[in-house]
Amino acid sequence: MSIKIKDVNYIYAEGTAYEIHALKDVNLEIPDGQFVGLIGHTGSGKSTLVQHLNGLIRATGGRIYYDDRDIYGENFSMKELRSQVGLVFQYPEHQLFEVDVLTDVCFGPKNLGYTREEAEQKAREALRMVGLGEEYEKRSPFELSGGQKRRVAIAGVLAMEPRVLILDEPTAGLDPRGRDEILDQIELLQKERGITVVLVSHSMEDVARYVDRIIVMNHGEVRFDGTPREVFRHYRELEEIGLAAPQMTYLMQGLKEKGADVDTDATTIEEAADAIVHWLKNGQE
Amino acid sequence: MIRTEELTFDYERLDEEGNIESKKRAVDHVNLHIRPGKFIAILGHNGSGKSTLAKHINAILTPTEGTLWVDGMDTKDDGKLWSIRQDAGMVFQNPDNQIIGTVVEEDVGFGPENLGVPTDEIWTRVEESLSAVGMLKYRHHSPNKLSGGQKQRVAIAGVMAMHPRCIVLDEPTAMLDPNGRKSVIRTAQKLNREEGITIILITHYMEEVVEADHIFVMDSGKVVMEGSPREVFSQVEELKRLRLDVPQATLLAFELRKRGIALPNGILNNEELVDELCQLKSKM
Amino acid sequence: MIRDITLGQYYPARSVIHQLDPRVKLVTTMIFIVSLFVAKGVTGYAIATVFLITVIRMSKVPFRFMTKGLKAILMILMLTVVFNLFLIDGDYELWRFGFLRITDKGLKTAVFMAVRLVYLILGSSIMTLTTTPNDLTDGLERLLGPFKKIHVPVHEIAMMMSIALRFIPILLEETDKIMKAQIARGADFETGNLIQKAKAMVPLLVPLFISAFRRANDLAMAMEARCYHGGDGRTKMKPLHYERRDRIAYAVVWSYLLLMIGAGWAASFYGIMLL
Repeated sequence: MSIKIKDVNYIYAEGTAYEIHALKDVNLEIPDGQFVGLIGHTGSGKSTLVQHLNGLIRATGGRIYYDDRDIYGENFSMKELRSQVGLVFQYPEHQLFEVDVLTDVCFGPKNLGYTREEAEQKAREALRMVGLGEEYEKRSPFELSGGQKRRVAIAGVLAMEPRVLILDEPTAGLDPRGRDEILDQIELLQKERGITVVLVSHSMEDVARYVDRIIVMNHGEVRFDGTPREVFRHYRELEEIGLAAPQMTYLMQGLKEKGADVDTDATTIEEAADAIVHWLKNGQE
Repeated sequence: MIRTEELTFDYERLDEEGNIESKKRAVDHVNLHIRPGKFIAILGHNGSGKSTLAKHINAILTPTEGTLWVDGMDTKDDGKLWSIRQDAGMVFQNPDNQIIGTVVEEDVGFGPENLGVPTDEIWTRVEESLSAVGMLKYRHHSPNKLSGGQKQRVAIAGVMAMHPRCIVLDEPTAMLDPNGRKSVIRTAQKLNREEGITIILITHYMEEVVEADHIFVMDSGKVVMEGSPREVFSQVEELKRLRLDVPQATLLAFELRKRGIALPNGILNNEELVDELCQLKSKM
Repeated sequence: MIRDITLGQYYPARSVIHQLDPRVKLVTTMIFIVSLFVAKGVTGYAIATVFLITVIRMSKVPFRFMTKGLKAILMILMLTVVFNLFLIDGDYELWRFGFLRITDKGLKTAVFMAVRLVYLILGSSIMTLTTTPNDLTDGLERLLGPFKKIHVPVHEIAMMMSIALRFIPILLEETDKIMKAQIARGADFETGNLIQKAKAMVPLLVPLFISAFRRANDLAMAMEARCYHGGDGRTKMKPLHYERRDRIAYAVVWSYLLLMIGAGWAASFYGIMLL
């Protein structure tokens, strides 16, 4: 179920004074089951890109293949694509509208044509996936806390049983524990169910901690694409385009500047601790 | 500047007949004292009562029990309401929902207009406030075309134009990207240092409060921890239990200590950690 | 992108018309509309045409921006013309096909009605094109000031208008966002009959209303925090002052109205209604 993006361009309001070249010759391949982090400053084109992946925005040039089928082809059903590629927008809790949690989560599967029973079963399963038990099903979504509302909204997309889950800043506005809980939950889905996850994030620490691969966008172009270690090696270039590296990268660089012979590629707390312990112990021998 | 005595606040939920159906205690017997000119941070997870407490400082809410004084004025005294709000300004979380004007400079003038400041002086204040937050060149822009961080700085300028002695920032960076966050925090720090304005910053981004003079940590409506950043952040496990975090450098130091490396408690930033590690290494 | 839509379609330019006090422009527009209704005969309309063209030229707004407003009323315009043309009885029959007939009076009324409507739209377009929404609300507040004495909440009305102007683009953007989010959940806003389409709006409208209320609540709090307590004791950052050009404009406009009334009176007195 890979996604292939070939020479995709998107020009907004072409030919008018408002013309914006939002995506420029983007070429990417996202294989099945990968945990991808998509970073870039506000306006870099990352939101536009993810909306292409489930057909909400149509490219003005280029092709997108889902499972080797051209999504702009004649016989391709956009509705099916949207059930396969789930997109969770920023502040998704703002889209909740039903009287109770279960009915709201049923909205997606019902739109796909499932019966009430089937939809409810899928909804229940999705609610469990985000860690919400039976006791929440009959409650009004508007009575829940911010973090719980967000889980309900994510469940609303998961209930459509997507193979690819795209999340646009799913942790914005949550407190540190709320953030960790949501990201841990998503990681579990990716590991246990083999769902491909694309995480759009502003937090380099989160990206370094969870993803296998980072795609960096800048001015509508893919600037870097690689593992966190590879990408954050370019921390100076990242700073030039308004981004940064995780704190750990700076710490390791700081150590190196003081003459320490450490692995500067460490990007997470664990990696940094390993590298520092290794460096300290080395000296003793 | 700000003092509370057994400050308590209950949110009441009314049933259809207007009777009290249920009560939720949001702030629970809080006693604190904030001195003028300080940079204060209030930490706490969502629902810990920190925003409710903040709204008391501006007299948007008044205590169910206990008292809060702003510069000696009791917030329950209706006659002092406008003096209190002029004295202790407030910046809210959502940048879109607190800008009233359709042009930046008109929004900044909104507060002084309400205070009845003469026209000429409004213009002086607007210019001063916009330059204090570094937004003077955007004075003729529509707020809709600004970035989140810029909007928050306009909101800060709007408060500054009222000439307050204290500004309460209620999660001003929660909806911003990292660059916007930095610009807002730097602006708050600058106003504190250069204009001597007391800043009360409510947030759950730990990196933003490392330079604060004093931190209060709230949980279920109570102040459960307070002290200098170094004192507060040395209690890593306790903070984690409160659904909070510590700065990355502090967390790494904590992890290294667990692995038997003899680092001191209360490391706050990368520089400190690098120095400590290099010292350790040289002693080996 | 949707935020680029500005209400009231202000066209920035430096012209005398742009610089006029908004009150002058509001009054002028009103007088112009009144003049269209007192106008009688070709002379009256000729004077109105000269006045309109002069103002358009002075405003430095390209004519194609004026005609944008006309597109919206094209249907009404055509209906008016058709009704007047066929339904008004006159002295001479000009054309007949079955039960349809056009008379001299019908034709005359149809033409005048069309001209009146087009001028009405053009006249008010000049006002909105040369005045920022803010100035308009300010001008309105001042003009309606006397009504405060009879307890009309003039300040509140003006405040509501300016808040609406600020939030309409934000709510439009929000609508777009919620719509996309629901489409991503398989919602269909396009196909189906009227009832199905109306039902499909629920997932859009409920979140939108909730959001609007939340914003209203936040905004009320933010306004209170900045000491807003109604119009009493408020000063103005940008108070309105009449300048020399505004007085001249008033003089011109009132002379224009007198001329129109005079022309109408002369026309009926001497019977020189040319048609």
